[in-house]
Amino acid sequence: MSVGFIMLAHAALHRAAQVASAVSEAGCPMIVHVDARVGAPYDPFAKRIAGLPGVEVSQRVVCEWGTWSLVDASRTAAEKLLARHPDLTHIYLISGACLPIKPIPKLVEFLGNHPDTDFIESVTIEDVPWTKGGLSEERFSLTFPFAWRRHRRLFDIWVETQRLVRRKRRIPQGLTPHMGSQWWCLTRATLQKIIEDPRRGQLDRYFKRVWIPDESYFQTLVRLYGSKVESRSLTLSKFDFQGKPHVFYDDHLVLLRQSSAFFARKIWPGANRLYRVFLESRRVPPQVALTTPAHIERTFAQATTRRTKGRPGMVMASRFPSLEHETVPTAAPYSVFHGFSDIFAEFPKWVRRHTGSRAHGHLFCKDRVEFFGGQTGYAGALSDGAALRDYDPDQFLRNLIWNTRGEHQSFLNSPRDTQKIGSFLARDSNATIAIISGAWVLPLLRSKQPIDVIRKEAARLQKREADFIELLGERRARARTRMWTLAEFLERPLDPLQETVDSLSGVDSNMLVDMPEAKPLIGLADFLQSLRNSGMNPYLAGEIGEISEDLSTQSRTTGFG
Amino acid sequence: MGAISAFKLRMERRRCQVRAIRKSKDLVEVANRTQDIQQNDVLAFVTIRNEMVRLPYFLEYYRALGVSHFLVVDNGSTDGGCAFLADENDVSVWKTEASYKRSRFGTDWLNWLKFRYGNKHWTLTLDPDEFFVYPFCDTRPLQSLCDWLDQSGVRSLGTILLDMYPRGAVSGAQYQAGQNPFDIAPWFDAGNYMVSKNPKYGNLWIQGGPRARVYFHDEPESAPSLNKIPLVKWDRRYAFVRSAHMLLPRGLNMVYDEAGGEKTSGCLLHAKFLDTLIDKANEEQTRRQHFAGGREYDAYREKGNGPNGLWCEWSERYVDWRQLELLGLMSKGNWA
Repeated sequence: MSVGFIMLAHAALHRAAQVASAVSEAGCPMIVHVDARVGAPYDPFAKRIAGLPGVEVSQRVVCEWGTWSLVDASRTAAEKLLARHPDLTHIYLISGACLPIKPIPKLVEFLGNHPDTDFIESVTIEDVPWTKGGLSEERFSLTFPFAWRRHRRLFDIWVETQRLVRRKRRIPQGLTPHMGSQWWCLTRATLQKIIEDPRRGQLDRYFKRVWIPDESYFQTLVRLYGSKVESRSLTLSKFDFQGKPHVFYDDHLVLLRQSSAFFARKIWPGANRLYRVFLESRRVPPQVALTTPAHIERTFAQATTRRTKGRPGMVMASRFPSLEHETVPTAAPYSVFHGFSDIFAEFPKWVRRHTGSRAHGHLFCKDRVEFFGGQTGYAGALSDGAALRDYDPDQFLRNLIWNTRGEHQSFLNSPRDTQKIGSFLARDSNATIAIISGAWVLPLLRSKQPIDVIRKEAARLQKREADFIELLGERRARARTRMWTLAEFLERPLDPLQETVDSLSGVDSNMLVDMPEAKPLIGLADFLQSLRNSGMNPYLAGEIGEISEDLSTQSRTTGFG
Repeated sequence: MGAISAFKLRMERRRCQVRAIRKSKDLVEVANRTQDIQQNDVLAFVTIRNEMVRLPYFLEYYRALGVSHFLVVDNGSTDGGCAFLADENDVSVWKTEASYKRSRFGTDWLNWLKFRYGNKHWTLTLDPDEFFVYPFCDTRPLQSLCDWLDQSGVRSLGTILLDMYPRGAVSGAQYQAGQNPFDIAPWFDAGNYMVSKNPKYGNLWIQGGPRARVYFHDEPESAPSLNKIPLVKWDRRYAFVRSAHMLLPRGLNMVYDEAGGEKTSGCLLHAKFLDTLIDKANEEQTRRQHFAGGREYDAYREKGNGPNGLWCEWSERYVDWRQLELLGLMSKGNWA
């Protein structure tokens, strides 16, 4: 009742030797295969291994990644082990970068409880998410005579050629291709059947030309011969989104302790603490339930998400999405109030009170950035300097939203502000933009300047506002926009305000009772008429009829909300 | 990129290399211990001038990180820094009195040393006031990062140069040799950086931070570049074009992801804003050997001594790399 090990090593042999001596100490036999390409470091290794009881080295062959040589080496070693040690019930295949993360007697005990079970990850192609090099079924239906690592071009050309001629190799009868981690632990019975397979010559010929046979040969045959297959590996190994193994370091100690696996791969050779703790420490670690904790999965899943999707709304030295790849340019939803400040005094304060949003003034005001509360700087050490902001307005806003994530931001806008941010706002699905068009006439009305001066300014503002509205209306615009003309707004000011507050707080909030304090509107209709008379049509303001000059007496339409 | 611009860039790279070889004549060997360099050693390449007070901590920091050998060009120090380095057994020193400006701010000299000694090594290109921080740097040595980059087929690693400053006047941060500069200058700007792409070399151009906020707020386009690529698996064919900001071939500048993901990156903490800057600024005023005629130093002379210095109430205090990761100044990428 015991387990024997096969180790395939090709680098960091001093670590492999350490693991070998731990295995030997536990009384388990082991055959070590060292890649024939390893030069000088081999001799000291062989010397060190030679003194270990139960450990032998096998005939060295060149082992290239993902080739048949790996299967051949491990099968030959298995044959030898089984012949030499008739008492073995299981054989465990490990690599030189594997580390036992549980005491080996625990593994022996565990296997003793499962004498007939083959532990090997073995899943059908349809269930495999990893398709390295864009290949899945084709692993089994094409041939791969060229090494992927060394002759990538030839490899690709050959694959393409076979696709072109619709090549489809016949899979030997009775086989259902399966794949899985190459680090398995199989029973004597299963291995014996695989080794003594009457069709061995034919199968060898087939698998020699399959891509990455070390991930499919045993995984497929175990389905033919295994009596009780448990499709999981007893070796913890994680792969990144490109199919490269994650490496474990000293800071993974806690994570490795929590794993249900008996070995882990691959360990960084410099991880002194891991090797010390798991190989030298005699202290028996606390018993842990045999389930893989979710947080191991999470740690590595997060790494993939970070690498492939990143954190939206953040730009840095290693993340700079091109325009077509940027799904959303900012980190969180925010609101823009366009024109509101021309009607209401202290509008940001009112927004703050009713929604809790951090309501800034005109962030894109010509002279300086009007941060919340008139501050000269803001989160992330943003400066209120206009030149700095205008140097890269998109990045300024992106920074503000990123620096304040967790707190909703809103700000005022107006055609009097610098307009360079318009297209950014338009393409940002995080932006909610409420517009009262034509509100810019109100400051002009109050300015009491001669009509000639006003007319020119009005034309300029109207043009800017029209451009902004056009940007928002473009087909590719993604901002949520709600728009009222000044006339519509003045007619029923409470409804748009209620709608705005509701959209911000996310739930139907209480009926608004207090209006923001309105600025005077006296003489608006006459003023618009005189603008028209002077030859400028303020069409964005709409048709202003009879309006009450005190907004707070306006009534709410019924049935809203 | 068309064949013509590819050819032009190749010619430019060749020019950089020829310059490097030509400028190697400037260098006089003081101590050469490069025969001690082992196959997998990480090497640091540095130019210094009157930086004696900084050297002890600089060496200590990078030795702890796992740098095995330092290759230093001393540009006419008069403070004994050269002799100090020549006595350290993991340092090789060359000295020169030639013009810093005409070696393109040290780039040519260091390109030469890397060409000669850096081939197939992971190399750090640094100033003596730059301190490299990368994901897991408190638990994983530099060699583990380099091994992982090798395994991932990555040849270079990008960083942002993060200006660190004291609270109060720069002259108040009195730096003693051997001291951790971030004990007295632990503040930085967390989120006011501007990023754009350099179409010619493909590198990112990062500006912002306290210098843009205080010294260059009226002409942000002149604010210093903060993008640096300090860690490169060197090959004879490579050359830095300007300091550690960009390299050729331009594939090495692709340290960022354009499809939305984050590549692994780090930060270079910049311990420039200490009392040592005042002397430096005074010296540079007369020497004019720095970029843009040392105009940066002019700005520091005028304003560096205000009551708050670079500090403002929105400044962030440095804790560790995890903080920088959360703030989005660097990323673990898929290194887990």
